[in-house]
Amino acid sequence: MSTPQETPAGKHHAPPEVPQAGNGRSGVPLVRLVNAGKRYGAVIALHDINMEVGAGEVTCVLGDNGAGKSTLIKIIGGLHQPSSGTYEVEGTPVHFSSPREALERGIATVYQDLAVVALMPVWRNFFLGNEVRKRGRMDIPAMKKMCKDELLAMGIDLRDVEQPIGTLSGGERQCVAISRAVHFGAKVLILDEPTAALGVKQSGVVLKYIVQARERGLGVIFITHNPHHAYPVGDRFLLLNRGASIGNYEKSQVTRDELTGLMAGGTELEQLSHELESAGGAVADLGRSMEADVEELGISHQPSTTTTTTTESDAR
Amino acid sequence: MAQTAEAPVAPPPRADERVGRKSPMARMLARPEAGAIAGAIVIYVFFFIIAPPFRNASSFSSVLYVTSTYGLMATPVALLMIGGEFDLSAGVAVISSALCASLFSYEFTTNAWVGVLVALALSLLIGFLNGWIVVKTGIPSFLVTLGTFFMLQGINIALTQTITNQVSSPDISTLQGFNSAREVFSASWTIGGVNIRTSVVYWIVFVIIATWILLRTHIGNWIFSVGGNPASARAVGVPVGRMKIGLFMAVGFMAWFTGMHTLFLFNTIQSGQGIGNEFVYIIAAVVGGCLLTGGYGSAVGAAIGALIFGMVNQGIVYAGWNPDWFQFFVGALLLGAILLNTYIRRRAEASI
Repeated sequence: MSTPQETPAGKHHAPPEVPQAGNGRSGVPLVRLVNAGKRYGAVIALHDINMEVGAGEVTCVLGDNGAGKSTLIKIIGGLHQPSSGTYEVEGTPVHFSSPREALERGIATVYQDLAVVALMPVWRNFFLGNEVRKRGRMDIPAMKKMCKDELLAMGIDLRDVEQPIGTLSGGERQCVAISRAVHFGAKVLILDEPTAALGVKQSGVVLKYIVQARERGLGVIFITHNPHHAYPVGDRFLLLNRGASIGNYEKSQVTRDELTGLMAGGTELEQLSHELESAGGAVADLGRSMEADVEELGISHQPSTTTTTTTESDAR
Repeated sequence: MAQTAEAPVAPPPRADERVGRKSPMARMLARPEAGAIAGAIVIYVFFFIIAPPFRNASSFSSVLYVTSTYGLMATPVALLMIGGEFDLSAGVAVISSALCASLFSYEFTTNAWVGVLVALALSLLIGFLNGWIVVKTGIPSFLVTLGTFFMLQGINIALTQTITNQVSSPDISTLQGFNSAREVFSASWTIGGVNIRTSVVYWIVFVIIATWILLRTHIGNWIFSVGGNPASARAVGVPVGRMKIGLFMAVGFMAWFTGMHTLFLFNTIQSGQGIGNEFVYIIAAVVGGCLLTGGYGSAVGAAIGALIFGMVNQGIVYAGWNPDWFQFFVGALLLGAILLNTYIRRRAEASI
């Protein structure tokens, strides 16, 4: 569909004030799937998926409900094994039998609602299951300090790590869960729809931490169904539909509008709008306006360099 | 909060200036036991005014004694509630343990200490079974322990009747080892004309241990997490099932301890006792700030809740009222405490 675009800015838009931005981009990808597929009995949940994420990269996985996103992250996170194809971590094929094994290789999954215990203080949440112990008890001052420092390194400046984490906003809670995974040695972060339940501003906060995690040299796999969230932070985009890949792009190869068009399933929408128009009356009006939307959404190959620059200013 | 996250302009000084906005009063109110402390002060002042004998040091020592008999059990019950579970069998389990020790050592004419150890094994087993059924089946602990509550109550009365042909256990004060066991579980000293029982000391020690575990150890962290959000706790590697079974066994352990205290104080045990006490323990924990839904509360709060019970229980006697009013007070206290706690928690959360 789209031809590779010449983007003068090169790879992407890492803020210049951070020197280590995009380090470790060369070399073996941290996580790579080659022709991976997953069957549940007769049901083919996923087939022939190729994807990779390197250190200091964000790979976005986009798709509507039922596209196979959760199956994909379950494979990467070690909950399921692929039934075909190979899964490599840092160049060597792996067969994880539990999430704990994946975690030991530095692959951490942050689920949207499993993240935290709302009534517990921030620092207790941060160290839950990994408490720092000193002579049989917890080293509380050290833990509080580490928690505060680690959050500050991610750009979260809490006034008190003693406050219940439930008093933080949804976005900040996600961020604490993310920085916890980073602190305990994650090299690859899998973020399962981290912005799905959040407002515009909150989503922005989470997107900023995704960029920050990337700048610290982590590989990030960002699952979302929102191209407006994916485009500003992503380096690669994998689009899924009905268990199959419908596109795998580098950022330089695709514009946000094209991404949105692909996500919306351009041809399907077009067909739907025709059906609605033939129904007549008010429904036909709806169909016509939908057709106009479809045209606007990148089926009508507009020059992409201009749109790219606007999206980047949006992103910040 | 989004703005604060934007860009920390300068690295904040060692003490964050924004922390100071919370006054000491607001900090105090944010503690789980805040409501209980307020309630305890009100009750104390109330009986201090209307019941002159209440003002004596010796009557306060008997208030403390009654408090300790509730408080010993309220402590593990509070931990269990923080861990997200109930134990309705806690009241009769105390009597089961005492009956077991008494009947075993009397019928087999063993040293009293043998009966004590058999009772300990039984109590831990009851706790384990309660916890194991709850964890394995996922049935709410309210129902599981309601079942064991009735089973234990039936066993207590029926077995005692079968073995002794009476409603109470035989007097075991002539058994070997009785005196040393009494020294351990039910001794008392007189200090400055005031009688102090060991159970008060034990109670305070156990409250301190429970508080230390809750706030200073990783086990405490895990107790809060299994009550607050078990799925999240499991995801970070907390052994949720083992924690819950352990908490039920802690209740079993304290039921044994309280049972031994009662047995060696009175030499004999009424088989129908203990019914209704499970609610006293739960109410003490709730008055002390434990949430019914788990994940929040404190052992100190439960201790203050028990103290409120002790003061009302004795205050009614000192005021010369009909003791039947006690039940009414229990209900009114529970309702009042819940309303007060809810109000305080909302205010505390708003002021954060």
